[in-house]
Amino acid sequence: MVTNITNFGRSGLSDWLMQRASAVIMLVYVLFMVGYFLSVSDLSYSAWHALFQQTWMRIFTMLTLISVAAHAWIGLWTVSTDYMKATGVRLIFQSFVILALFAFVVWGVQVLWGA
Amino acid sequence: MTMLKVSVYRYNPETDSAPYMQDFEIDTKGRDVMVLDVLSMMKEQDNSLAYRRSCREGVCGSDGMNMNGKNGLGCITALSEVVQGDRLVLRPLPGLPVIRDLVVDLSLFYKQYERIKPFLINDQPEPSIERLQSPEDRDKLDGLYECILCACCSTSCPSFWWNPDKFVGPSGLLQAYRFLADSRDTSTRERLSDLDDPFSVFRCRGIMNCVAVCPKGLNPTRAIGHIRDMLLSNAT
Ligand code: SF4
Ligand code: SF4
Ligand code: FES
Repeated sequence: MVTNITNFGRSGLSDWLMQRASAVIMLVYVLFMVGYFLSVSDLSYSAWHALFQQTWMRIFTMLTLISVAAHAWIGLWTVSTDYMKATGVRLIFQSFVILALFAFVVWGVQVLWGA
Repeated sequence: MTMLKVSVYRYNPETDSAPYMQDFEIDTKGRDVMVLDVLSMMKEQDNSLAYRRSCREGVCGSDGMNMNGKNGLGCITALSEVVQGDRLVLRPLPGLPVIRDLVVDLSLFYKQYERIKPFLINDQPEPSIERLQSPEDRDKLDGLYECILCACCSTSCPSFWWNPDKFVGPSGLLQAYRFLADSRDTSTRERLSDLDDPFSVFRCRGIMNCVAVCPKGLNPTRAIGHIRDMLLSNAT
């Protein structure tokens, strides 16, 4: 059996499912945002602020952000194992992606729950 | 009288430092012959040209090659199907090491075939005569058992080009499903757990090159979808 320790869920099936599920979450978020912008005629800072004061909106946004990170990781991991044949290059690339995604998620927490 | 201009990939690792294309002019006498016939006419002009063939009727799967950019069997591909203008470009199946000219090294292709255990596994006591199968269960093997292992599909699949050592490839996966779908096989679970890693099945990106080239009209992509469904219902 082929194994690979750097993939996300340790099995091809869980990666595949995660890729699908995160895509659905991102789609729902995009649809929600489009709907929101269409329904609010003149968007003000206070309306935008009020929306993001809601706990459900923060959780929904956070969930989407985590989905983006998982989706991007699985996708880029796959691309890197397809095209980067030198182990060193691949590891550097993968570390860079993990670091960037981690930073984005922590930053997202700060934006959503910060002052 | 128009001559057919054939350009063929030549490489003999013992004498050539690099592969090159050799041009032939072939007089087909206006007949719509098969590509394999053209190859034998070429061999009359230059008998150092190497290619594989055996049955010359689409049964043995030995003359898979790339004809004007598309994989297929030389023996059942008529010139009218592939020739553009008066030109025909013949290359070995892409993505595998070339042994000589149109002859490629299929070791990795066969290794993947071997890996899926292409034989019935049954741990129940042997019946006195034979294991029976209902006609309905037998029907499930249609579109699977006909594969002749010509490698046209796997060598047209980008995922197989990049990971021929880890991705089973369309041909092997079609065969994997052939045994997963067989009512007489009892090792479904073991077979599935051998395929559940990120490469063996899941490197298939649904590009469907395999379906486009299969000379037997088989559909590996559909079989791969069935394997994925089985993995899913087995794991949830
Ligand atoms: S459908 Fe899958 S197996 Fe077929 S060519 Fe595409 S990636 Fe390869
Ligand atoms: S599935 Fe079709 S193209 Fe692939 S090896 Fe079998 S017969 Fe050849
Ligand atoms: S020679 Fe047998 S398939 Fe073409």
